[in-house]
Amino acid sequence: MNSVSFDTRTRHGATFSNVVLILVILFLFLPLFVIITYSFSASKSMEFTTFSLKWYTQLFFDSDELWSAFLNSAVIALSSAAVATVIASGAAIGIMWYRFKGRQYIQILSFLPMVLPEVIIGISMLIFFSAVRLPLGLITIFIAHTTFNLPFVYLLVTARLDEFDISTVEAARDLGANEAQSLVKVVIPSILPGMLSGFLMAVTMSLEDFVITFFVSGPGSTTLPLYVYSMIRYGVSPVINALSFVLILSIMLIAFAMRRFLKTIAASS
Amino acid sequence: MKRSSRLGITYAGPMGLWLTIFFLTPLFIIILYSVLKKGLYGGVEWTFSSAAYRQLVNPAFAKVLFRTLTVSVTATAITMALALPCGYAMARSSHQSLFLGLVIVPFWTNSLIRIYAWIAILSSRGFANELLKQLHIIEESLSLIYNQGAVITVLVYMYIPFAILPLFTTIDSFDFQLLEAARDLGASRFTSITRVLLPNIRSGIITSGVFTFIPIFGAYTVPLLVGGKDSYMIGNIIVDQVTKTRNWPLASAISLIITLVSTVGVMWMLMAGAQEKRERAQSLRKAGTR
Repeated sequence: MNSVSFDTRTRHGATFSNVVLILVILFLFLPLFVIITYSFSASKSMEFTTFSLKWYTQLFFDSDELWSAFLNSAVIALSSAAVATVIASGAAIGIMWYRFKGRQYIQILSFLPMVLPEVIIGISMLIFFSAVRLPLGLITIFIAHTTFNLPFVYLLVTARLDEFDISTVEAARDLGANEAQSLVKVVIPSILPGMLSGFLMAVTMSLEDFVITFFVSGPGSTTLPLYVYSMIRYGVSPVINALSFVLILSIMLIAFAMRRFLKTIAASS
Repeated sequence: MKRSSRLGITYAGPMGLWLTIFFLTPLFIIILYSVLKKGLYGGVEWTFSSAAYRQLVNPAFAKVLFRTLTVSVTATAITMALALPCGYAMARSSHQSLFLGLVIVPFWTNSLIRIYAWIAILSSRGFANELLKQLHIIEESLSLIYNQGAVITVLVYMYIPFAILPLFTTIDSFDFQLLEAARDLGASRFTSITRVLLPNIRSGIITSGVFTFIPIFGAYTVPLLVGGKDSYMIGNIIVDQVTKTRNWPLASAISLIITLVSTVGVMWMLMAGAQEKRERAQSLRKAGTR
Protein backbone atom coordinates (compact mmCIF):
# COMPACT_ATOMS: atom_id res chain seq x y z
CA MET A 1 0.00 0.00 0.00
CA ASN A 2 2.69 2.39 1.08
CA SER A 3 4.87 1.70 -1.94
CA VAL A 4 1.91 2.06 -4.30
CA SER A 5 1.01 5.53 -3.07
CA PHE A 6 4.70 6.43 -3.23
CA ASP A 7 4.85 5.35 -6.87
CA THR A 8 1.78 7.26 -7.99
CA ARG A 9 2.86 10.45 -6.37
CA THR A 10 6.30 10.52 -7.96
CA ARG A 11 4.87 9.70 -11.33
CA HIS A 12 2.15 12.26 -10.82
CA GLY A 13 4.65 14.87 -9.64
CA ALA A 14 6.70 14.37 -12.76
CA THR A 15 3.71 14.70 -15.08
CA PHE A 16 3.17 18.45 -14.83
CA SER A 17 6.85 19.23 -15.33
CA ASN A 18 7.10 16.68 -18.12
CA VAL A 19 4.27 18.39 -19.97
CA VAL A 20 5.98 21.77 -19.57
CA LEU A 21 9.27 20.29 -20.80
CA ILE A 22 7.66 18.80 -23.91
CA LEU A 23 5.82 22.05 -24.65
CA VAL A 24 9.01 24.09 -24.23
CA ILE A 25 10.91 21.75 -26.55
CA LEU A 26 8.14 22.12 -29.16
CA PHE A 27 8.36 25.90 -28.66
CA LEU A 28 12.15 25.71 -29.21
CA PHE A 29 11.79 23.69 -32.40
CA LEU A 30 8.83 25.58 -33.91
CA PRO A 31 10.97 28.25 -35.65
CA LEU A 32 13.30 25.60 -37.10
CA PHE A 33 10.34 23.65 -38.39
CA VAL A 34 8.84 26.75 -40.03
CA ILE A 35 12.14 27.73 -41.66
CA ILE A 36 12.81 24.28 -43.02
CA THR A 37 9.28 24.03 -44.44
CA TYR A 38 9.50 27.40 -46.17
CA SER A 39 12.93 26.58 -47.55
CA PHE A 40 11.32 23.91 -49.76
CA SER A 41 8.49 26.15 -50.94
CA ALA A 42 8.41 27.62 -54.43
CA SER A 43 6.77 30.80 -53.19
CA LYS A 44 8.84 33.91 -52.60
CA SER A 45 6.62 35.11 -49.76
CA MET A 46 6.34 33.24 -46.50
CA GLU A 47 3.85 30.55 -47.38
CA PHE A 48 4.06 26.98 -48.54
CA THR A 49 2.81 26.52 -52.11
CA THR A 50 4.57 23.79 -54.06
CA PHE A 51 7.74 21.86 -53.38
CA SER A 52 10.84 23.35 -54.93
CA LEU A 53 14.60 23.24 -54.53
CA LYS A 54 15.20 26.55 -56.25
CA TRP A 55 16.36 28.37 -53.10
CA TYR A 56 18.98 25.69 -52.60
CA THR A 57 20.15 26.04 -56.20
CA GLN A 58 20.34 29.79 -55.73
CA LEU A 59 22.22 29.37 -52.45
CA PHE A 60 24.91 27.17 -53.95
CA PHE A 61 25.26 28.64 -57.42
CA ASP A 62 24.15 32.25 -57.27
CA SER A 63 25.10 33.79 -53.93
CA ASP A 64 28.64 35.11 -54.28
CA GLU A 65 28.27 37.80 -51.63
CA LEU A 66 26.93 35.28 -49.18
CA TRP A 67 29.84 32.93 -49.70
CA SER A 68 32.44 35.65 -49.38
CA ALA A 69 30.76 36.65 -46.09
CA PHE A 70 30.91 33.01 -45.06
CA LEU A 71 34.61 32.88 -45.91
CA ASN A 72 35.26 35.92 -43.68
CA SER A 73 33.31 34.26 -40.89
CA ALA A 74 35.21 31.00 -41.24
CA VAL A 75 38.63 32.71 -41.23
CA ILE A 76 37.76 34.74 -38.14
CA ALA A 77 36.14 31.82 -36.33
CA LEU A 78 39.06 29.45 -36.85
CA SER A 79 41.79 31.99 -36.08
CA SER A 80 40.13 33.55 -33.04
CA ALA A 81 39.19 30.14 -31.64
CA ALA A 82 42.73 28.84 -32.10
CA VAL A 83 44.34 31.85 -30.42
CA ALA A 84 41.76 31.83 -27.61
CA THR A 85 42.33 28.11 -27.02
CA VAL A 86 46.10 28.49 -26.69
CA ILE A 87 45.96 31.56 -24.42
CA ALA A 88 43.09 30.29 -22.25
CA SER A 89 44.53 26.79 -21.81
CA GLY A 90 47.80 28.33 -20.63
CA ALA A 91 45.88 30.51 -18.20
CA ALA A 92 43.90 27.55 -16.90
CA ILE A 93 47.13 25.62 -16.16
CA GLY A 94 48.81 28.64 -14.56
CA ILE A 95 45.86 29.47 -12.33
CA MET A 96 45.10 25.89 -11.30
CA TRP A 97 48.63 24.86 -10.41
CA TYR A 98 50.59 27.92 -9.41
CA ARG A 99 50.47 30.71 -6.89
CA PHE A 100 51.71 34.03 -8.19
CA LYS A 101 51.09 37.74 -7.92
CA GLY A 102 48.05 38.76 -9.97
CA ARG A 103 46.52 35.29 -9.92
CA GLN A 104 43.26 36.50 -8.43
CA TYR A 105 43.16 39.49 -10.76
CA ILE A 106 43.33 37.21 -13.81
CA GLN A 107 40.79 34.86 -12.26
CA ILE A 108 38.23 37.66 -11.82
CA LEU A 109 39.02 39.14 -15.22
CA SER A 110 38.47 35.73 -16.81
CA PHE A 111 34.75 35.64 -16.12
CA LEU A 112 33.78 39.30 -16.36
CA PRO A 113 33.36 39.37 -20.17
CA MET A 114 30.81 36.54 -19.86
CA VAL A 115 28.49 38.49 -17.60
CA LEU A 116 28.33 41.82 -19.43
CA PRO A 117 25.67 42.25 -22.14
CA GLU A 118 27.11 41.99 -25.63
CA VAL A 119 26.10 45.54 -26.52
CA ILE A 120 28.42 46.89 -23.83
CA ILE A 121 31.38 44.83 -25.01
CA GLY A 122 30.70 45.89 -28.59
CA ILE A 123 30.42 49.61 -27.81
CA SER A 124 33.40 49.72 -25.51
CA MET A 125 35.56 47.97 -28.11
CA LEU A 126 34.38 50.25 -30.89
CA ILE A 127 35.28 53.29 -28.78
CA PHE A 128 38.61 51.70 -27.81
CA PHE A 129 39.57 50.93 -31.42
CA SER A 130 38.71 54.44 -32.49
CA ALA A 131 40.68 55.89 -29.56
CA VAL A 132 43.80 53.93 -30.55
CA ARG A 133 43.06 54.64 -34.22
CA LEU A 134 42.93 51.03 -35.32
CA PRO A 135 40.86 50.93 -38.54
CA LEU A 136 37.81 48.66 -38.31
CA GLY A 137 38.00 45.46 -40.34
CA LEU A 138 38.85 41.79 -40.07
CA ILE A 139 41.63 42.51 -37.53
CA THR A 140 39.32 44.29 -35.10
CA ILE A 141 36.70 41.53 -35.47
CA PHE A 142 39.41 38.95 -34.77
CA ILE A 143 40.47 40.79 -31.60
CA ALA A 144 36.88 41.14 -30.40
CA HIS A 145 36.04 37.49 -31.02
CA THR A 146 39.19 36.24 -29.30
CA THR A 147 38.28 38.42 -26.31
CA PHE A 148 34.77 37.03 -25.85
CA ASN A 149 35.94 33.46 -26.56
CA LEU A 150 38.67 33.44 -23.88
CA PRO A 151 36.40 33.06 -20.81
CA PHE A 152 34.50 30.12 -22.28
CA VAL A 153 37.58 28.15 -23.33
CA TYR A 154 39.16 28.94 -19.96
CA LEU A 155 36.08 27.56 -18.17
CA LEU A 156 36.02 24.32 -20.17
CA VAL A 157 39.76 23.64 -19.83
CA THR A 158 39.62 24.40 -16.09
CA ALA A 159 36.81 21.88 -15.72
CA ARG A 160 38.96 19.27 -17.45
CA LEU A 161 42.03 20.14 -15.33
CA ASP A 162 39.89 19.62 -12.24
CA GLU A 163 39.72 15.92 -13.02
CA PHE A 164 43.38 15.75 -13.94
CA ASP A 165 45.61 13.80 -11.59
CA ILE A 166 48.53 16.10 -10.84
CA SER A 167 50.67 13.22 -9.62
CA THR A 168 51.22 12.14 -13.24
CA VAL A 169 53.08 15.42 -13.84
CA GLU A 170 55.10 14.86 -10.67
CA ALA A 171 55.88 11.35 -11.86
CA ALA A 172 57.08 12.75 -15.20
CA ARG A 173 59.25 15.25 -13.28
CA ASP A 174 60.70 12.55 -11.08
CA LEU A 175 61.59 10.63 -14.18
CA GLY A 176 63.58 13.62 -15.36
CA ALA A 177 61.20 15.46 -17.68
CA ASN A 178 61.56 19.24 -17.76
CA GLU A 179 58.60 21.67 -17.78
CA ALA A 180 58.28 21.72 -21.56
CA GLN A 181 58.51 17.95 -21.89
CA SER A 182 55.93 17.25 -19.20
CA LEU A 183 53.65 19.88 -20.77
CA VAL A 184 53.83 18.40 -24.25
CA LYS A 185 53.92 14.72 -23.33
CA VAL A 186 51.69 14.58 -20.23
CA VAL A 187 49.55 17.65 -19.64
CA ILE A 188 48.39 18.57 -23.13
CA PRO A 189 47.38 15.06 -24.18
CA SER A 190 45.21 14.65 -21.11
CA ILE A 191 43.49 18.04 -21.31
CA LEU A 192 43.08 17.78 -25.08
CA PRO A 193 39.36 16.91 -24.91
CA GLY A 194 38.76 20.05 -22.84
CA MET A 195 40.80 22.14 -25.27
CA LEU A 196 38.95 20.68 -28.25
CA SER A 197 35.51 21.28 -26.82
CA GLY A 198 36.62 24.80 -25.90
CA PHE A 199 37.88 25.34 -29.43
CA LEU A 200 34.61 24.07 -30.91
CA MET A 201 32.52 26.20 -28.62
CA ALA A 202 34.64 29.21 -29.57
CA VAL A 203 34.18 28.46 -33.28
CA THR A 204 30.40 28.24 -32.89
CA MET A 205 30.18 31.40 -30.83
CA SER A 206 32.32 33.28 -33.30
CA LEU A 207 30.32 32.07 -36.32
CA GLU A 208 27.13 33.06 -34.54
CA ASP A 209 28.04 36.45 -33.13
CA PHE A 210 26.19 39.40 -34.54
CA VAL A 211 25.95 42.14 -31.91
CA ILE A 212 29.66 42.58 -31.11
CA THR A 213 30.72 42.10 -34.75
CA PHE A 214 28.17 44.73 -35.81
CA PHE A 215 30.12 47.37 -33.87
CA VAL A 216 33.68 46.43 -34.72
CA SER A 217 33.33 45.60 -38.42
CA GLY A 218 34.28 47.99 -41.16
CA PRO A 219 33.75 48.24 -44.90
CA GLY A 220 34.62 45.00 -46.70
CA SER A 221 34.60 42.85 -43.57
CA THR A 222 31.05 41.53 -43.74
CA THR A 223 30.61 38.27 -41.84
CA LEU A 224 27.79 35.80 -42.35
CA PRO A 225 25.60 37.10 -39.48
CA LEU A 226 26.08 40.66 -40.74
CA TYR A 227 25.03 39.54 -44.21
CA VAL A 228 21.98 37.74 -42.83
CA TYR A 229 21.11 40.91 -40.91
CA SER A 230 21.20 43.02 -44.05
CA MET A 231 19.05 40.40 -45.81
CA ILE A 232 16.46 40.57 -43.02
CA ARG A 233 16.44 44.35 -42.89
CA TYR A 234 16.58 45.13 -46.59
CA GLY A 235 14.55 42.58 -48.45
CA VAL A 236 14.28 38.99 -47.42
CA SER A 237 14.95 36.23 -49.87
CA PRO A 238 13.98 32.64 -49.04
CA VAL A 239 17.64 31.81 -49.67
CA ILE A 240 17.98 32.60 -45.94
CA ASN A 241 15.73 29.62 -45.18
CA ALA A 242 17.79 27.29 -47.32
CA LEU A 243 20.98 28.63 -45.75
CA SER A 244 19.61 28.05 -42.23
CA PHE A 245 18.79 24.44 -42.94
CA VAL A 246 22.23 23.83 -44.45
CA LEU A 247 23.85 25.44 -41.38
CA ILE A 248 21.75 23.38 -38.94
CA LEU A 249 22.62 20.17 -40.77
CA SER A 250 26.33 20.90 -40.98
CA ILE A 251 26.61 21.88 -37.31
CA MET A 252 24.79 18.71 -36.29
CA LEU A 253 27.12 16.64 -38.46
CA ILE A 254 30.23 18.32 -37.02
CA ALA A 255 28.96 17.87 -33.46
CA PHE A 256 28.21 14.23 -34.11
CA ALA A 257 31.63 13.63 -35.69
CA MET A 258 33.35 15.45 -32.80
CA ARG A 259 31.48 13.36 -30.25
CA ARG A 260 32.67 10.16 -31.87
CA PHE A 261 36.17 11.60 -32.17
CA LEU A 262 36.24 12.64 -28.49
CA LYS A 263 34.95 9.21 -27.49
CA THR A 264 37.75 7.50 -29.41
CA ILE A 265 40.30 9.79 -27.74
CA ALA A 266 38.81 9.06 -24.33
CA ALA A 267 38.85 5.34 -25.05
CA SER A 268 42.45 5.34 -26.24
CA SER A 269 43.87 7.24 -23.27
CA MET B 1 49.56 21.09 -5.41
CA LYS B 2 50.17 24.78 -5.69
CA ARG B 3 53.67 25.58 -6.82
CA SER B 4 54.89 29.08 -6.46
CA SER B 5 57.05 30.03 -9.38
CA ARG B 6 57.55 32.30 -12.31
CA LEU B 7 55.98 29.66 -14.48
CA GLY B 8 52.52 30.59 -13.20
CA ILE B 9 52.71 34.07 -14.66
CA THR B 10 54.24 32.69 -17.87
CA TYR B 11 51.22 30.45 -18.32
CA ALA B 12 48.49 32.84 -17.21
CA GLY B 13 50.08 36.15 -18.13
CA PRO B 14 49.06 36.27 -21.80
CA MET B 15 45.36 35.96 -20.95
CA GLY B 16 45.69 38.54 -18.17
CA LEU B 17 47.41 40.90 -20.58
CA TRP B 18 44.93 40.31 -23.41
CA LEU B 19 41.87 40.91 -21.23
CA THR B 20 43.47 43.95 -19.59
CA ILE B 21 44.12 45.57 -22.95
CA PHE B 22 41.03 44.55 -24.90
CA PHE B 23 38.40 44.25 -22.18
CA LEU B 24 39.31 46.31 -19.15
CA THR B 25 40.88 49.29 -20.93
CA PRO B 26 37.81 49.74 -23.20
CA LEU B 27 35.60 49.77 -20.10
CA PHE B 28 37.77 52.47 -18.52
CA ILE B 29 37.68 54.45 -21.75
CA ILE B 30 33.89 54.55 -21.70
CA ILE B 31 33.97 55.77 -18.10
CA LEU B 32 36.28 58.54 -19.26
CA TYR B 33 34.24 59.34 -22.39
CA SER B 34 31.03 59.64 -20.41
CA VAL B 35 32.35 62.81 -18.75
CA LEU B 36 33.75 64.41 -21.89
CA LYS B 37 32.20 66.78 -24.40
CA LYS B 38 30.59 65.29 -27.49
CA GLY B 39 32.57 65.70 -30.71
CA LEU B 40 30.91 67.14 -33.79
CA TYR B 41 31.05 63.97 -35.92
CA GLY B 42 31.32 61.25 -33.32
CA GLY B 43 34.27 61.00 -30.98
CA VAL B 44 34.87 63.42 -28.15
CA GLU B 45 36.50 66.71 -27.33
CA TRP B 46 38.90 66.67 -24.43
CA THR B 47 36.97 69.00 -22.15
CA PHE B 48 35.02 67.98 -19.07
CA SER B 49 31.26 67.95 -19.45
CA SER B 50 28.42 66.45 -17.44
CA ALA B 51 26.07 66.84 -20.42
CA ALA B 52 25.65 63.09 -20.89
CA TYR B 53 24.51 62.55 -17.33
CA ARG B 54 22.20 65.56 -17.49
CA GLN B 55 20.63 64.08 -20.63
CA LEU B 56 19.98 60.89 -18.68
CA VAL B 57 17.71 62.73 -16.26
CA ASN B 58 14.98 63.40 -18.75
CA PRO B 59 11.50 61.91 -18.91
CA ALA B 60 11.95 60.37 -22.38
CA PHE B 61 14.99 58.40 -21.24
CA ALA B 62 13.39 57.49 -17.91
CA LYS B 63 10.46 56.07 -19.88
CA VAL B 64 12.72 53.81 -21.96
CA LEU B 65 14.66 52.74 -18.86
CA PHE B 66 11.41 51.89 -17.08
CA ARG B 67 10.12 49.98 -20.11
CA THR B 68 13.40 48.06 -20.37
CA LEU B 69 13.09 47.09 -16.71
CA THR B 70 9.44 45.98 -17.08
CA VAL B 71 10.14 43.96 -20.22
CA SER B 72 13.27 42.34 -18.73
CA VAL B 73 11.57 41.48 -15.44
CA THR B 74 8.49 40.07 -17.21
CA ALA B 75 10.51 38.05 -19.72
CA THR B 76 12.85 36.75 -16.98
CA ALA B 77 9.87 35.77 -14.79
CA ILE B 78 8.17 33.86 -17.63
CA THR B 79 11.47 32.22 -18.59
CA MET B 80 12.08 31.09 -15.02
CA ALA B 81 8.51 29.86 -14.57
CA LEU B 82 8.96 27.64 -17.64
CA ALA B 83 12.58 26.71 -16.98
CA LEU B 84 12.07 25.43 -13.42
CA PRO B 85 9.68 22.59 -14.35
CA CYS B 86 11.89 21.84 -17.38
CA GLY B 87 15.04 21.58 -15.25
CA TYR B 88 13.14 19.43 -12.77
CA ALA B 89 11.73 17.09 -15.43
CA MET B 90 15.16 16.76 -17.06
CA ALA B 91 16.89 16.03 -13.76
CA ARG B 92 14.38 13.29 -12.95
CA SER B 93 14.36 11.85 -16.46
CA SER B 94 16.26 8.76 -17.46
CA HIS B 95 17.01 10.33 -20.87
CA GLN B 96 19.03 13.29 -19.63
CA SER B 97 21.43 13.58 -22.55
CA LEU B 98 18.61 13.34 -25.08
CA PHE B 99 16.77 16.25 -23.46
CA LEU B 100 19.99 18.24 -23.07
CA GLY B 101 20.55 17.80 -26.79
CA LEU B 102 17.00 18.83 -27.63
CA VAL B 103 17.36 22.01 -25.56
CA ILE B 104 20.73 22.92 -27.06
CA VAL B 105 20.33 21.98 -30.76
CA PRO B 106 17.94 24.82 -31.74
CA PHE B 107 20.61 27.21 -30.49
CA TRP B 108 23.13 26.14 -33.02
CA THR B 109 21.18 28.17 -35.52
CA ASN B 110 22.28 31.73 -35.89
CA SER B 111 20.36 34.02 -33.50
CA LEU B 112 19.33 36.33 -36.33
CA ILE B 113 17.90 33.43 -38.29
CA ARG B 114 15.89 32.39 -35.25
CA ILE B 115 14.54 35.92 -34.89
CA TYR B 116 13.77 35.93 -38.59
CA ALA B 117 11.86 32.66 -38.15
CA TRP B 118 9.73 34.36 -35.53
CA ILE B 119 8.97 37.13 -38.01
CA ALA B 120 7.82 34.38 -40.40
CA ILE B 121 5.63 32.90 -37.66
CA LEU B 122 4.09 36.05 -36.25
CA SER B 123 3.67 38.36 -39.27
CA SER B 124 0.21 39.18 -40.59
CA ARG B 125 0.33 36.52 -43.30
CA GLY B 126 2.67 34.33 -41.30
CA PHE B 127 2.51 30.79 -39.99
CA ALA B 128 0.49 31.46 -36.81
CA ASN B 129 -2.19 33.56 -38.52
CA GLU B 130 -2.58 31.14 -41.44
CA LEU B 131 -2.83 28.20 -39.04
CA LEU B 132 -5.53 29.92 -36.97
CA LYS B 133 -7.43 30.81 -40.15
CA GLN B 134 -7.24 27.25 -41.42
CA LEU B 135 -8.67 26.08 -38.11
CA HIS B 136 -11.44 28.73 -38.44
CA ILE B 137 -10.53 30.20 -35.08
CA ILE B 138 -10.07 33.65 -36.57
CA GLU B 139 -11.33 35.40 -39.71
CA GLU B 140 -9.05 38.39 -39.91
CA SER B 141 -5.30 38.29 -39.25
CA LEU B 142 -4.31 39.23 -35.73
CA SER B 143 -1.47 41.67 -35.30
CA LEU B 144 0.96 39.48 -33.44
CA ILE B 145 4.18 41.22 -34.30
CA TYR B 146 5.80 44.64 -33.83
CA ASN B 147 4.50 44.98 -30.29
CA GLN B 148 5.60 44.36 -26.71
CA GLY B 149 4.10 40.86 -26.65
CA ALA B 150 6.21 39.75 -29.61
CA VAL B 151 9.34 41.18 -27.98
CA ILE B 152 8.69 39.29 -24.74
CA THR B 153 7.84 36.02 -26.55
CA VAL B 154 11.01 36.10 -28.63
CA LEU B 155 13.16 37.15 -25.65
CA VAL B 156 11.83 34.18 -23.66
CA TYR B 157 12.58 31.98 -26.65
CA MET B 158 16.14 33.28 -27.01
CA TYR B 159 17.17 32.95 -23.38
CA ILE B 160 15.27 29.97 -22.01
CA PRO B 161 18.16 27.48 -22.56
CA PHE B 162 20.43 29.77 -20.53
CA ALA B 163 17.95 29.40 -17.69
CA ILE B 164 17.27 25.68 -18.10
CA LEU B 165 20.91 24.51 -18.13
CA PRO B 166 22.06 25.87 -14.74
CA LEU B 167 18.72 24.86 -13.16
CA PHE B 168 19.10 21.36 -14.52
CA THR B 169 22.62 21.07 -13.07
CA THR B 170 21.52 22.26 -9.61
CA ILE B 171 18.35 20.17 -9.46
CA ASP B 172 20.28 17.16 -10.72
CA SER B 173 22.60 17.33 -7.70
CA PHE B 174 19.65 17.73 -5.29
CA ASP B 175 18.95 14.74 -3.06
CA PHE B 176 15.40 13.74 -3.98
CA GLN B 177 15.10 11.56 -0.89
CA LEU B 178 14.61 14.81 1.02
CA LEU B 179 11.39 15.40 -0.93
CA GLU B 180 10.18 11.92 -0.17
CA ALA B 181 11.06 12.40 3.50
CA ALA B 182 8.99 15.59 3.56
CA ARG B 183 6.05 13.79 1.98
CA ASP B 184 6.35 10.94 4.47
CA LEU B 185 6.26 13.48 7.28
CA GLY B 186 2.93 14.66 5.93
CA ALA B 187 3.81 17.67 3.75
CA SER B 188 1.65 18.20 0.67
CA ARG B 189 3.31 18.01 -2.71
CA PHE B 190 3.17 21.78 -3.06
CA THR B 191 4.62 22.44 0.40
CA SER B 192 7.35 19.87 -0.05
CA ILE B 193 8.42 21.66 -3.23
CA THR B 194 8.23 25.21 -1.88
CA ARG B 195 9.72 24.41 1.54
CA VAL B 196 12.25 21.71 0.70
CA LEU B 197 13.22 21.76 -2.99
CA LEU B 198 13.20 25.50 -3.74
CA PRO B 199 15.26 26.62 -0.68
CA ASN B 200 17.83 23.94 -1.48
CA ILE B 201 18.32 25.06 -5.07
CA ARG B 202 18.16 28.78 -4.32
CA SER B 203 21.61 29.68 -5.58
CA GLY B 204 20.92 27.80 -8.83
CA ILE B 205 17.70 29.76 -9.29
CA ILE B 206 19.50 33.05 -8.69
CA THR B 207 22.33 32.13 -11.08
CA SER B 208 19.99 31.23 -13.89
CA GLY B 209 17.80 34.27 -13.20
CA VAL B 210 20.79 36.61 -13.35
CA PHE B 211 22.15 34.94 -16.48
CA THR B 212 18.75 35.39 -18.13
CA PHE B 213 18.11 38.91 -16.91
CA ILE B 214 21.47 40.46 -17.89
CA PRO B 215 21.40 39.68 -21.63
CA ILE B 216 17.69 40.54 -21.83
CA PHE B 217 18.35 43.87 -20.12
CA GLY B 218 20.95 44.65 -22.78
CA ALA B 219 18.90 43.21 -25.66
CA TYR B 220 19.25 45.02 -28.94
CA THR B 221 18.33 42.86 -31.95
CA VAL B 222 15.04 41.41 -30.65
CA PRO B 223 13.29 44.75 -29.95
CA LEU B 224 14.75 46.12 -33.20
CA LEU B 225 13.44 43.32 -35.42
CA VAL B 226 10.16 42.19 -33.83
CA GLY B 227 9.28 45.25 -31.74
CA GLY B 228 7.37 48.35 -32.74
CA LYS B 229 8.09 52.04 -32.17
CA ASP B 230 7.00 51.67 -28.55
CA SER B 231 9.22 48.67 -27.78
CA TYR B 232 12.55 50.46 -27.96
CA MET B 233 14.85 49.27 -25.20
CA ILE B 234 17.92 50.81 -23.63
CA GLY B 235 20.19 48.72 -25.91
CA ASN B 236 18.57 50.31 -28.97
CA ILE B 237 19.08 53.79 -27.56
CA ILE B 238 22.81 53.11 -27.10
CA VAL B 239 23.21 51.84 -30.64
CA ASP B 240 21.35 54.85 -32.05
CA GLN B 241 23.60 57.16 -30.05
CA VAL B 242 26.63 55.49 -31.58
CA THR B 243 25.53 54.99 -35.17
CA LYS B 244 22.99 57.76 -35.85
CA THR B 245 23.28 60.67 -33.41
CA ARG B 246 26.98 60.01 -32.88
CA ASN B 247 26.77 61.06 -29.25
CA TRP B 248 29.51 58.89 -27.78
CA PRO B 249 29.53 60.41 -24.29
CA LEU B 250 25.81 59.67 -23.92
CA ALA B 251 26.26 56.13 -25.28
CA SER B 252 29.09 55.66 -22.76
CA ALA B 253 26.99 56.95 -19.87
CA ILE B 254 24.10 54.60 -20.73
CA SER B 255 26.54 51.69 -21.11
CA LEU B 256 27.82 52.41 -17.62
CA ILE B 257 24.29 52.15 -16.25
CA ILE B 258 23.85 48.73 -17.84
CA THR B 259 27.27 47.65 -16.58
CA LEU B 260 26.29 48.78 -13.09
CA VAL B 261 23.00 46.84 -13.17
CA SER B 262 24.83 43.72 -14.43
CA THR B 263 27.49 44.04 -11.73
CA VAL B 264 24.85 44.29 -9.01
CA GLY B 265 23.20 41.15 -10.41
CA VAL B 266 26.46 39.23 -10.49
CA MET B 267 27.41 40.32 -6.95
CA TRP B 268 24.04 39.13 -5.73
CA MET B 269 24.59 35.81 -7.46
CA LEU B 270 28.06 35.36 -5.96
CA MET B 271 26.87 36.34 -2.48
CA ALA B 272 23.97 33.90 -2.64
CA GLY B 273 26.36 31.13 -3.68
CA ALA B 274 28.78 31.95 -0.86
CA GLN B 275 25.97 32.11 1.68
CA GLU B 276 24.67 28.73 0.62
CA LYS B 277 28.15 27.25 1.02
CA ARG B 278 28.36 28.68 4.55
CA GLU B 279 24.94 27.30 5.46
CA ARG B 280 25.88 23.89 4.09
CA ALA B 281 29.10 23.89 6.11
CA GLN B 282 27.19 24.95 9.22
CA SER B 283 24.56 22.25 8.93
CA LEU B 284 27.27 19.70 8.25
CA ARG B 285 29.08 20.77 11.40
CA LYS B 286 25.85 20.57 13.38
CA ALA B 287 25.22 17.10 12.03
CA GLY B 288 28.77 16.19 12.99
CA THR B 289 28.43 17.26 16.64
CA ARG B 290 25.17 15.40 17.09
